[in-house]
Amino acid sequence: MKSKNYAKFEFPAKSCNEAFARSCVAAFAAQLDPTIDELGDIKTSVSEAVTNAVVHAYPSTLGTIYLKLRILGEDTIEITVKDRGKGIEDVKMAMEPLFTTGGDDRSGMGFTIMDSFMDKMKVTSRPGKGTSVVMCRRIRAKNELE
Amino acid sequence: MKIFSAYKEGRLTLYLHGELDHHGVKNSMDLIDKLIDEFMPKDCIVELSKLNFMDSSGIALILKIHKRMNQRGGRAWVENADSQPLRVIDASGIDRIMKVGLSKEVMK
Ligand SMILES: Nc1ncnc2c1ncn2[C@@H]1O[C@H](COP(=O)(O)OP(=O)(O)OP(=O)(O)O)[C@@H](O)[C@H]1O
Ligand SMILES: [Mg+2]
Repeated sequence: MKSKNYAKFEFPAKSCNEAFARSCVAAFAAQLDPTIDELGDIKTSVSEAVTNAVVHAYPSTLGTIYLKLRILGEDTIEITVKDRGKGIEDVKMAMEPLFTTGGDDRSGMGFTIMDSFMDKMKVTSRPGKGTSVVMCRRIRAKNELE
Repeated sequence: MKIFSAYKEGRLTLYLHGELDHHGVKNSMDLIDKLIDEFMPKDCIVELSKLNFMDSSGIALILKIHKRMNQRGGRAWVENADSQPLRVIDASGIDRIMKVGLSKEVMK
């Protein structure tokens, strides 16, 4: 049986790695031949999840971010962004549009953007243990586009 | 991200180039505050035609510029966003509190 493609990365939660993570995902997604708009949505969602891990997860230490990419079926990319940081007390509240603990440097739109740009998004978190965001996006075959 | 600016007849234009994310936005507001203090413009235009990428960090920056200009009785708006930044702007709903469009149609 042919096993599906995957890639794993880990890097310190430094802000310069936000662009690095976007580039990793763009390079991996290229095998599904996405349109510029599909690639834009995926890069934006990765940027949101990785930035959250950089900004919120590790307030007093330099932690690690784990990025896992998989191809599901023939045409879907699954992206997991995980940290072992402080976690989220109330995930449902955190996902509300405009909710932020980041003051006026943040807009509280990260989860809302991931949710609207990806087909599926799931957040699991345990206070003191960390947070994981899993998101999927199906890349449409070119003959499906009108 | 790089910021270029131009001032003419009460109007400060901020040209944002490159990628506007949490990393790239650092120190930008200090620079923009300095420009606003120096020129005291009536209008501030955030020009995005050369911005290749933007995420929610850009939304926070644009909202801050909007707030600064409002506090001084001025206006701010967004011009010429490419498709990726525009999708983020649309998803955020900031177009409900400030104008977003092409330079020929936004405000004269
Ligand atoms: N990885 C994480 N670890 C701990 N807390 C998190 C994490 N991700 C999100 N949060 C919490 O959830 C809130 C909402 O996240 P969201 O990305 O929607 O908005 P934001 O990061 O505050 O602002 P924006 O993404 O617009 O810059 C955050 O303010 C933070 O309190
Ligand atoms: Mg965020």
